[in-house]
Amino acid sequence: MMAVPASRPAVAAERPEVEDFLFREARLLDTWDLDTWITLFTDDARYVVPNTDLPGADPRRDLIIIDDDIVRLRARVARLNNRRAHREFPHSRTRRLVTNVACAAAGRDDEVEALANFAVYRIRGGHTDLYVGRYVYRLRRAGDGRLLISYRRAELDLESLAPHGTVSIIL
Amino acid sequence: MNAAGEPQEGGSVRSFEGLVQDDRAAGLFRVHRSAMTSPEVFAAERRKVFDRNWLYMGHESEIPRVGDFVRRTVNGRPLFMTRGSDGRVRVFLNSCPHRGALICRQPQGHATSFQCFYHAWTFGIDGELKGVPSRELYPDEMEWSEFALRPPAGVDTYRGFVFVTFDPDADGLRAYLAGAVEYIDLVVDQAEDGWSVLPGTNMYQTRSNWKLMVENSVDTYHVSPLHRTYFDYVGGLRQGGPPRQVAFSGRGPAELGNGHVVVETHTPYGRPIAHWDPVFGEDARPEIEAIRDRLVQRHGAERAARMADNIRLLLIYPNLLLNDITAVTIRYVQPLAPGLHETTAWALAPNEETEAARARRIDSYLTFVGPGGFATPDDVEAVESCQAGFEATELEWSDLSLGGTRPAEVGDETALRAFWRRWHHDLLAGSDHPVAAVDPARRAG
Repeated sequence: MMAVPASRPAVAAERPEVEDFLFREARLLDTWDLDTWITLFTDDARYVVPNTDLPGADPRRDLIIIDDDIVRLRARVARLNNRRAHREFPHSRTRRLVTNVACAAAGRDDEVEALANFAVYRIRGGHTDLYVGRYVYRLRRAGDGRLLISYRRAELDLESLAPHGTVSIIL
Repeated sequence: MNAAGEPQEGGSVRSFEGLVQDDRAAGLFRVHRSAMTSPEVFAAERRKVFDRNWLYMGHESEIPRVGDFVRRTVNGRPLFMTRGSDGRVRVFLNSCPHRGALICRQPQGHATSFQCFYHAWTFGIDGELKGVPSRELYPDEMEWSEFALRPPAGVDTYRGFVFVTFDPDADGLRAYLAGAVEYIDLVVDQAEDGWSVLPGTNMYQTRSNWKLMVENSVDTYHVSPLHRTYFDYVGGLRQGGPPRQVAFSGRGPAELGNGHVVVETHTPYGRPIAHWDPVFGEDARPEIEAIRDRLVQRHGAERAARMADNIRLLLIYPNLLLNDITAVTIRYVQPLAPGLHETTAWALAPNEETEAARARRIDSYLTFVGPGGFATPDDVEAVESCQAGFEATELEWSDLSLGGTRPAEVGDETALRAFWRRWHHDLLAGSDHPVAAVDPARRAG
């Protein structure tokens, strides 16, 4: 086992705990337990999916695919739980592979930045579509000791949403 | 008679002439579903629709400086657009005149010259051939002037929008746009200092015929039933009894000539220019009201109100949608196969806009349109669902008769019928005939 360098800045959580968190989150999404999933977010959280041609986009200046604050994220969950979200009724099957997790200091003592790679399969209507990319998370240690998501960004490696058509699931 | 007039089996084409049934006296209008599934129709429309009309290439703001370029595919042709040494926009076929390799291999960038990576032939930013390795070994008879980068048959710009045509006999762009210029002007004139395309492009493929997406884009009939979850969301953000149904009012769809159509209606919802709504928050109110005041100063109360309080869905035939709804978007729908098309969408924003206004605009865009929005995914689902349903070939027809016996009103399928009439006219045109730039019989009354 490698020794932790003494100069390493403190992080709010170490990788094993972060991995457990991300894997649990993926299970909640794959089982469509969105009502539990939404409780993993802080009230000031953001969920961002940039366009495929500009993975480093800034949502204040650039056109992106998704830029949800908690209000819109809750609305997204309500919509996906509604049978009138036609793109996801019936719900697709999804399977998430979350790997290559790395943690770093996040700029505030109660947060950790986590990077991870993802492959999200969406299976529906005779088609299997694969979303590939990387996650950027900021996880915050809440007062009760739980980790919560304050920032969640899914940057796609795809050149376009071809043939996916949409980002109708939570990536 | 038509070019492929032989009867065929099953749900396939009977004849091109029979693909659209337009009974004006009875107001009945229907389209044979093979128009969306047949490889013969697909091949014919590529030649007769897309090779004959002006097609959207890009926006001038994408290449602000001399030497800037963007690469794009239009009707299957690899192209790139540059700003030449004289400041003018140029478009070239993206294929080396020598042996064919793609010259421009980045999505966008800046160049002082273009060099083919295969044999290192070099071209100036205005397309002229500048360098050929071992040039002295070529025969004297080589016509070097034939090896400049080749533009498509026509390249022209209207108010920042760049179009190309592959028809050497095409009339000018301005004549082609016909009545659509009024609506392009209504959008462009909203800005004080011009418009720019924002960085970031929505690009998505949909497993349906391209015409279903064009239909969807000017079809107001579907909006309330299909997009309930969107209106529930927006309604929930508004205090004090939100409109949960879309109350469109105003003019009906108008035919603008050459297959271009517009749906313009009053909207109860807010718009970045310049209609404040509780959704934007009290903080935004003074700024939006100031934008509106300047709009009135520049254009007068009536035109300013039309700009700010109306939405416009403008179809520039065959496949460009300039939508002025919750934000201003350019969407462009390209066929890839009978049952597959690609949509590319950009957001336009006024250059003078403040950071706060820009953020509002982007936010406004995202909630409705875009592949991760609360509405577009259901549009994609709907058109893919139609395409899947067309496999039931016993059902041969799709109906578009709504409002067929009255002067056009909001919600009628008038716009869809205008699109289909022009498409059918193009499909039946003899391949020797250039399409008339303006067909007076189809002009708005």
